[in-house]
Amino acid sequence: MSVTVSTTVNGDSVDFVCAPDETLLDALRGRLGLTGAKEGCGTGDCGACSVTLNGRLVCSCLVLAVEAEGQEIATVEGMAAGETLHPLQRAFIDHAALQCGICTPGILVAAKALLEKTPDPSDEEVRYWLAGNLCRCTGYDKIVRAVQAAAAEMRRA
Amino acid sequence: MAFDAYVKREFKQVGTRVARPDGVDKVTGRALYGADMVAPGMLVGRVLRSPHAHARIVSIDTSEAAAMPGVKGIVTGRDFSVPKDEFLADVAVNCLAQDKALYDGHAIAAVAAINATVARDALKKIKVEYEVLPHVTDIDVAAKPDAPVVLEGRALETVPAGMGANVTHRCEFGHGDLEAGFAKADKIVERSFRTAATHQGYIEPHACLASFTTDGRADLWVCTQGHFYFRTLCSEMLGMEASQLKVTASEIGGGFGGKTTVYLEPVALMLSKKTGRPVKMVMTRDEVFRATGPTVSTSIDVKIGMTKDGRITAGWADMRYSGGAFQCLTCEMGAQAAFAAYDLEAVQTVGWNVMTNRPKEAAYRAPGAPQAIYAVESVVDELCQGLGLDPLEVRIKNAAKKGTKASYGPTFDDIGLLATLEAAKKHPHYTAPLAEGQARGLSCGFWFNFGGNTCVTMNVNTDGTVGIAEGNPDIGGSRASISLMAAEELGIPYEKVRTIIADTASLGYADTTDGSRVTFAVGIATINAARDAIRKMCKRAAMLWGIDEDAVEWKDGAAHPAGPNAGKFPPMSLADIAAKSFQTGGPIAGHYEVNADGAGVSFGVHLCDVEVDKETGATKVVRYTVFQDAGKAVHPDYVEGQMQGGAAQGIGWALNEEYIYGADGRLQNPGFLDYRIPVASDLPPIEAVILEIPNPGHPYGVRGVGETSIVPPLAAISNAISRSIGTRLQELPMSPPRVLKAIKGAA
Repeated sequence: MSVTVSTTVNGDSVDFVCAPDETLLDALRGRLGLTGAKEGCGTGDCGACSVTLNGRLVCSCLVLAVEAEGQEIATVEGMAAGETLHPLQRAFIDHAALQCGICTPGILVAAKALLEKTPDPSDEEVRYWLAGNLCRCTGYDKIVRAVQAAAAEMRRA
Repeated sequence: MAFDAYVKREFKQVGTRVARPDGVDKVTGRALYGADMVAPGMLVGRVLRSPHAHARIVSIDTSEAAAMPGVKGIVTGRDFSVPKDEFLADVAVNCLAQDKALYDGHAIAAVAAINATVARDALKKIKVEYEVLPHVTDIDVAAKPDAPVVLEGRALETVPAGMGANVTHRCEFGHGDLEAGFAKADKIVERSFRTAATHQGYIEPHACLASFTTDGRADLWVCTQGHFYFRTLCSEMLGMEASQLKVTASEIGGGFGGKTTVYLEPVALMLSKKTGRPVKMVMTRDEVFRATGPTVSTSIDVKIGMTKDGRITAGWADMRYSGGAFQCLTCEMGAQAAFAAYDLEAVQTVGWNVMTNRPKEAAYRAPGAPQAIYAVESVVDELCQGLGLDPLEVRIKNAAKKGTKASYGPTFDDIGLLATLEAAKKHPHYTAPLAEGQARGLSCGFWFNFGGNTCVTMNVNTDGTVGIAEGNPDIGGSRASISLMAAEELGIPYEKVRTIIADTASLGYADTTDGSRVTFAVGIATINAARDAIRKMCKRAAMLWGIDEDAVEWKDGAAHPAGPNAGKFPPMSLADIAAKSFQTGGPIAGHYEVNADGAGVSFGVHLCDVEVDKETGATKVVRYTVFQDAGKAVHPDYVEGQMQGGAAQGIGWALNEEYIYGADGRLQNPGFLDYRIPVASDLPPIEAVILEIPNPGHPYGVRGVGETSIVPPLAAISNAISRSIGTRLQELPMSPPRVLKAIKGAA
C-alpha cells in the first residue's frame, strides 16, 4: 500500500508517494533527493536528521512521512538565501566548527531553531539545546563559539 | 628519499586560519557522504547477523528468501574463497562468516532486493541452523587454559608453551636491569587495571554503493579512510585485478580509525556481480556497534619504583589486550607506548593478545596507547600522592628528551615533551585555585605518528590557478592544510589552489588516512610536487627569456632572472607562465611520490579539573586544557580541533563509554542511548595550547596531531577523581555506579 503526501519543504509545495511506515527522513532523502539530513542512528539519539516541522525542531527519523501531510518542513537545504549563507552557516565555516561535517546540517537546523526562540543564549543554554545533536569530531567547543558569533551577528542585523 | 629535512623559514600563509574548501558544501547539505549516492536501477543490500556469540553454522537455507518477489540475489561466506594470507583471511571471514559465527553480530549472509523493506523481510526467511558453542567475552577468563576456544591454532611462535589457546601473541620491549632499578626505589607501587572496549562512535554509519559490470569491471563509492587499501582488500577478495576496480572515496562522516577496513564493501560488490545491478548497503547503528570498531578491551598490571625526590628507578608492565575473535597486534603498540614519556634506566613491558567472542578490533585514534598510558600514568600519580610530590614536577624530572633511549628501542630526536610540560606548568590553569569539592588531574600522552606512501599531482592551469590531486580522504580539514602548503611553496594565494581527493584510477597509491600521517606525508609530497612544478616553470621562463634555466630562480610566485649575467627581465608570474604554456612545451604539472619517513613522535599533556557528586557518583569535568606539540600548525583551527576532539573522546572513554556484554555473550548497549558519547552539555570549553617544536623530518617542521590527544584524558580524569574522592579507581569507565561504589568502599 502507498500513500500520496502533499507537503511544503523549504517553501516549495511537493507531493510524493510513500509507504505508510516510511520515515520523514527516508522520504526527504529517498523520495525528494534532499540528502542534507543524515541518518546517524534511526532512533532519535544523534540529531543528525534534525529538521523543523511547522517550526518545531524534530528528529525526522522519528516522524512518519505521512505526518508531513499539509505541514511545513524546513531542512538545511533551505537555510541559505540563494548565494547568501545564513549567518550560522558562515559562522560555522569561519570558526572551524565542523570537521567531518556529518552532524553539521542537524546542528545548524537545531541552532537556528534555538536562536529564533532565544536570540541571546548563554553558553550553557547553547550546550543544553544542542545536547540532542551528537558531534564526535570537535568536542563542541568551536560549535558553541560559532553559534554565539552568529547569534551576535543576527542581533546586530 | 627517506628523510626530508626541516629548513627554518618565515611563513606567509601556513599558520593562517583560512576557510576550508569543503566548508560551503558541508554547511549547505550538498556534500555527498557514503549513503548519499544513488545509481539507476540500484538495489538495496542488507546483512543477516548472528544472534549468538559463538556458534557452528551447520547449514544456511536461502531458498525461501531467494524465491520472494523483489529479491535479486543472496550471498554467504561460500561465495568467497578464503584468501591464503592469514591477515586477509581474517578480514574476509569478518565480512562474512565461514564455518563459525564468532561474535554477536557477525555477518552470516546478505540479500540484495528492490528496496529496503523487501531486503529486510527476506533476511527473516533465511534459515540458519546453528550449533551454539560455549563463548567467552571477558579477557581474563579467555586467557585461562580451560576457557572456551574462539579459534584453534592461531597462536604465533611468540607465545610460550602452556598458555591457553586464545593467547595468540606475546611481545616484549625494554632495557636495563629491572631488579637493580626497583632496589633503588624508596617506594614501589604495583596495581592492576581494566579498561572496557569502546567504539570510535563516528556519526556516519558505514555505507557504500557497488556496481559490477559484466565485463569484469567494478566501481565502488564508499565512506572510507583509505580507498586505495579498500581496493586492495576488495579486489583480492573478489579475485579481480586492482586496475579493474575503481574506488571513489565519498565525504567521510568520521572515522577515527574505524573506517580503515572493509565490512560491507566486498559483500556489496559480490551482490552486484551476482545481480548485474548496482547495490547500495548502509549499516544501521545497531550493526555499527555490534560488528565494527571497537577498541581492544584490556587487563594491565603496572609496577613502578620511585625515589623520595621523584626519580623513577624502574617501570614494568604486563598488558593483556583482546582484539576480539581474531589475531590482533595492537598489544605491541600499547607495550611500546606505555613508558614512552619517560627517560628510564630500567624498563620492561610485555604485551599479549587474547581472543574473545567480540567483534574484530579496528584502529581507534592512537590504537593501544590510551589504555597502556592510563595504567602507567595512574601509578605515577599514586606514587606522587604517596611521596607528597608535585605530579607535574615529577614528570618534568623524568621526561624523555632528545637523546633519550625510548622504552621501545629508538633514541629520540627533537621532541616536544619538556616544552609541553613547561607550558602546562606556566599556564594559569595549573595554579588556579580549585573550588570546594573540585580536584585536578594531569597526564602525559604519546603517539608514534606515521609517514607512508603518498602520491601527489599538481596541475598548473592556464588561468594561473593550481589543482592538486591527492589520495587521502579528508577527515579533519586536510584539504585546507594541503592547499595552504601548496600556496606557501608556490607563492600564490590560497584561494588559487584547489585540492581534490582523486579516485584509485586517477592517481598512484596512497596509504590510508591513519597514523596522523596526512598533513605530514601528503604535505611532503605536495611541497615537493610544487618544487617540481617550479623547476618546470623556471625552465619555461628561461625558454621565453632565451637564457639558461639555471639562471632563473623562483620567489613570491614568479620566475626571476638570477645573478648578474642572467639579463634584466621583469618577473614572470605563475599565471604568465601558465598562460603561455601551450607555446612552450605544453601543460605544466608537478608530481611527487614518496614513502615518507621521519614522521616525528608527538607528545601532549592534559590538565583537568573535576567535580564528583558524592551522592550519585557522577563526574563533571569543569575545566580542561590540552597542551600538544604540533611541530608546525599548518592550519591552527584544525590542529586545535584535533586536540579538542581527541580530548572529548578520551573524556567519554574515561567516564561513560563501554561495551557491555551479557552472560549470553550479546552486546547489551548497541545504540547511542545506552552507549553514551559526550554531548555538548557534558563538556566544558576545551582550551587548546599549541606548541611548535619543528619536526626535523618535514620541510615545514610538521608533526601529526590527530591521535596523541585521545591518550591523556583517561589518566588525567582518573587522577583528578582519585584526588577528589580519596581513593583510586582501577577500571574504566569511571561511570557513576563504579565511582559511587568506590566512595562507599573508601568510607
